[in-house]
Amino acid sequence: MSTTTAPSSEVAPSEHSDGGHDDHGHDPFLAHHFGSAKQQFDAGKFGMWLFLVTEILFFSGLFCAYAVYRSTHPEAFANADQYLDPMLGAANTAVLIFSSLTMAWAVRAAQLGQKQLLVRLLTITLSCASIFLGVKAVEYSHKWDLGILWASNFNPQAHAAHSPALLVLSIPAMITVVVTAILFGVGKSRKSEIMSKFWGCLLIAALAYFGGVGLGLTVPVIEGAITGEAAHASAEAGHHAAEGAHHAAAAEEAVEHAAGHATEHAAGDAVATTAAKSGSLEAAAIEQAAIDRTYTGIFFSIYYVMTGLHGFHILIGMGVIAWLLYRSLLGHFGPRYFGPVDFVGLYWHLVDLIWIYLFPLLYLIG
Amino acid sequence: MSDNASRTATAHVHGHSEEDYLRCSHGWKSWAFTLDHKRIGVMYLIAILISFLLGGVMALVLRAELFTPDKLFLSEDMYNQMFTLHGAVMTFLFLIPSIPAALGNFMLPVMLGVKDVAFPRMNLASFYLWVFGAIFFLMAILLGGLDTGWTFYTPYSTTTNTAVIAASMGVFILGFSSIFTGLNFLVTINTMRPAGMTWFRMPLFLWSLYATSIIQVLATPVLGITGLLLIAERTLGIGIFDPARGGDPVLFQHFFWFYSHPAVYIMILPAMGVVSELVSTFSRKPIFGYRFIAYSSIAIALLGFLVWGHHMFVSGQSALAATVFSALTFTVSIPSAIKVFNWLATMYKGAISLETPMCYALAFIFLFGIGGLTGLYLGALATDVHLHDTYFVVAHFHYVMVGGTLIAFLGGLHYWWPKMFGRMYNEMWARIACLIVFVGFNATFFPQFVLGSRGMPRRYARYDTEFVYFHQFSTSGAMLLGCGLMLCAGVLIHSLLRGRKAPANPWGSSTLEWKCSSPPPHHNFDWPPVVSAPYQYDHIVYDPNHQGYVEVEDIPEEEDELTNAPVESHS
Repeated sequence: MSTTTAPSSEVAPSEHSDGGHDDHGHDPFLAHHFGSAKQQFDAGKFGMWLFLVTEILFFSGLFCAYAVYRSTHPEAFANADQYLDPMLGAANTAVLIFSSLTMAWAVRAAQLGQKQLLVRLLTITLSCASIFLGVKAVEYSHKWDLGILWASNFNPQAHAAHSPALLVLSIPAMITVVVTAILFGVGKSRKSEIMSKFWGCLLIAALAYFGGVGLGLTVPVIEGAITGEAAHASAEAGHHAAEGAHHAAAAEEAVEHAAGHATEHAAGDAVATTAAKSGSLEAAAIEQAAIDRTYTGIFFSIYYVMTGLHGFHILIGMGVIAWLLYRSLLGHFGPRYFGPVDFVGLYWHLVDLIWIYLFPLLYLIG
Repeated sequence: MSDNASRTATAHVHGHSEEDYLRCSHGWKSWAFTLDHKRIGVMYLIAILISFLLGGVMALVLRAELFTPDKLFLSEDMYNQMFTLHGAVMTFLFLIPSIPAALGNFMLPVMLGVKDVAFPRMNLASFYLWVFGAIFFLMAILLGGLDTGWTFYTPYSTTTNTAVIAASMGVFILGFSSIFTGLNFLVTINTMRPAGMTWFRMPLFLWSLYATSIIQVLATPVLGITGLLLIAERTLGIGIFDPARGGDPVLFQHFFWFYSHPAVYIMILPAMGVVSELVSTFSRKPIFGYRFIAYSSIAIALLGFLVWGHHMFVSGQSALAATVFSALTFTVSIPSAIKVFNWLATMYKGAISLETPMCYALAFIFLFGIGGLTGLYLGALATDVHLHDTYFVVAHFHYVMVGGTLIAFLGGLHYWWPKMFGRMYNEMWARIACLIVFVGFNATFFPQFVLGSRGMPRRYARYDTEFVYFHQFSTSGAMLLGCGLMLCAGVLIHSLLRGRKAPANPWGSSTLEWKCSSPPPHHNFDWPPVVSAPYQYDHIVYDPNHQGYVEVEDIPEEEDELTNAPVESHS
C-alpha cells in the first residue's frame, strides 16, 4: 500500500455523499430498529459469537469423527505420519498466527481511527491468507502427484508423478492477479483513488499467493523416502508369496494388486489369490499391509475434509476482509463505529484457532 | 451494519407510519425485498402451508394405499419414495420452521416491544435459504425421488441410486435457514429488550422461542456437517461411513440423531409456548408457575442434547450407553410434565371460554399427554426392543408432531390470525373444523398404537390380513383429518374475504402484540411501549362498541404489582 499517500479526510466525504447515508442527520451507520449505537454493537457482537459457536459445532462433527477413527484404527494414524510434512504445516501455522496478530492490530487501528494503518494491516492479513493457500496448494498438489488421496483413491506411489496439479490449483490466483491488475490500472487511469488503492491492495494479496507457493516449494520435501515405504513393504511381501508358488506371472499380478489399486477391491482379491497359492505368513503380511493402507485412506479422508473445509473458511474470510478493506478506504471506521472490523476479527481468530488444532492432530501424530 | 436499502425504504414510509404493515407499501418488490419481520413471517407462513399441503397429500396417498393389504395403486418403490418424502417434507420444510419462522417471526418483535429482529437482512436471507432448500427437495423428487426414509441412514443412503445428494444438499441449506432464524431470535431477545421488559416479564412464547433457538444454533451445524460428509461419501468415496473402507455406519446415526433428536424439541417447544399463551388468555387467569414453565423450556432444550442415543437402542450401542440414554430420556418427562401440570393449574378455577384457539389448546394438552407418555414405553429398553420400528413408534411421534406441533400451530394461527390479517373468522365453523381435526387425528393414529404393539412394522407397503381392520380404521380417520384441515383452511380463507374487521384485542389478552392495532403498523411501536408483567387481566375489559377488549386504568398500579407478586411465589 505504498502507491498512494492521500490523507484519509479527502476520501471519506466524497464517497459518503453518493452513498446516501447522510440524509438522516443522525449516526449514518445506526440501523433504524436499534435504539443506540451501543445496542447495535452489542447485537452484532453477540450475533458473531453465536455464529462462531455454530462454526465450532460444525467442525466438532469432524473432530468427533477424527477421535472415533483414531480410537478404532490407531495403526492407520500412526501409518499416516509418514505421508505428511510437518514443516509445511508449521510454516502455515506461523503464517496464520502472524495474520491473527495483524487482524487484532487492525481492530485497534479501527478503534483509534488510524485509517492508513488499518488499510495496511488488513492488506497484510489478506496476504497472509493468500500465503497460507499457496503453501496449501503445494501440499495438495504434491499429495495428488503421490496418489495420497481420500479413502477410495488412496493409492500411494513411491515416486511422484509429474502432473500439472499445482498449476491447475493456481489458476484462480492467476486470474485474480490479472483481474486486480487490470482494475488497478483502470483505477489509476481514471484517477479514482479508492479504486486504485482497493485493487492495488488486492493485487498485493493475490501476488502473495505465489509467495506462498514459493515458500511451499523451498521447504524441504520428504518425497519418496518414507512415502514409498508402505507400498514397498507390501510389494515385497507379495513378491515372496509369489516366489513360494514358483510362478513369475502371479508374482507380478500380486505385486500389482497389492501395491496398486488396493483400496478398490484388491484387499480381498489379492489376498485370496496369493493365500490360495502359498497360505503362508507372507499372505497375512499382504493382508495386513492392504488393511493398513485402507484404513490410512480413512485418515486422509478426514484430512481432506478438515483441511478443505478450513481452507474454504479462509476463502470466506478473505472475501470479508476485502469488504472491510473497501469500507476502511471509504473511511467508515473510527472510534464511534468499528463493529464490522471487530466481528470479522473474531471470525478470523476462530479460523486461525481451528488450524491450531488441526496442525498437531493431523501433522504431528505418530 | 449500515444498509442503504432499508434506510431508504424506512424513510419512504416514515410519513404515514399509522398505515399497517400490509398496506404501507405496494408491489411485489415491496414483499420480495422486504426487511419487515412481519412480511417475512407472512411469506414463511404461505411457504410452509404449501409444504404442509404437499406433505399432507402424500400422507393421504400413503394411507389410501394401505387401505388394502395388497397393491392398490402404488408399487413398493413408489411407496418407499412417498413415505420418505412425506417425512422429509413434513420435518424439514414444515414442522421445523412452522411455529418459529412463521408465527415467531411475526410475533417475537411485537411481543417483545421492538421494531424488528436484530438482523433483518439475515431474516430475509433465512427465508430465501428456505426457498432454496425447498427447491433442492423438489429437485430430489424430479430426479427420481428418494427412498432412504427421512433419516438418510447409511449404508443404504450411500448405495441407493435415488437422489440422496440433492436431498441432503437441501437439508444442508435448510439447516442454515434454521440457524439464521435461531441466531436472530437469540440476539434480539438478549440485546434488544426495551426498558421494563425484564427476562421474567417476557411472555412464555418468547421463552419457548429462546429455548428453541438455542437448539437451532447448537444442533443444526452438526446436521450440516453430516450432510456434507454424506455427499462427500457418495461423490468421492471418503469411506467415513463405509465399513468396507474401515468406516462406521453407526457413526452416521450418532451424528444424525445428535441433531435430529434435539430437532424434535425444535418442533415441540414453540408449540408449548403457544399453548401457554392460549391457556392463560382463555382462562383469564395469570399463568400458574410462570418461572417453572420458563425454566422448563430451557431444561427441555438442554436435556434434549443428551438423549439422542435412544434412537439407537438396537443399532449396536453398548449396553451401558443404552442404559444411560434410557435414564436420561426419562428425565425429559419431568420438565414436560411441569408444563402440563401448570397449564392444568392455570385452568383450575379460571373463567374458561372455549374460543377456537382454546379448543386447539385443550386438544394439544390431551394429545401431547398421550404422545409424551407413549414415549416412555419407547424410552424403556426392554419394551423398545419389542416396539422398535413398528407402528407404535409411528403413532407415538405423530401424536407429538401432529397432535402436538400441528395442533398448537393451528391454535396459534387462529389466535394471532386477527392480529396478522386484521380479520375475524367464523367462530362456529372454526370450532367445528377443530373438532373434526381432533376426531380425525385420533381415529388415524390411535389404531396405529394397537397395530404396532401387535407387530405391524413401519415402512411396509404390504401387510398381513390380520391388520386389515386397524389399517382401514386408520385410513378412514386420515380422510376425516384431511377434511377437517380443508374446512379449517376454508374458514380462514373466507375470513380474509368476508371476515369482520378485527379489533386490536379480540381475546382480552394482555401481552404487547395486542396493544398495537390489527394488523400492526409498519414499525410496530413508534416509541418503546410501557411494559408490565404479562398475564394480568384485571384491567382488560370487554367493550361492546369495539367488539373487543380494551384496557381500563382504574386499577391502581401498586395493586397490579401486588396481584402479580403471589403468582410467582405460588410456583
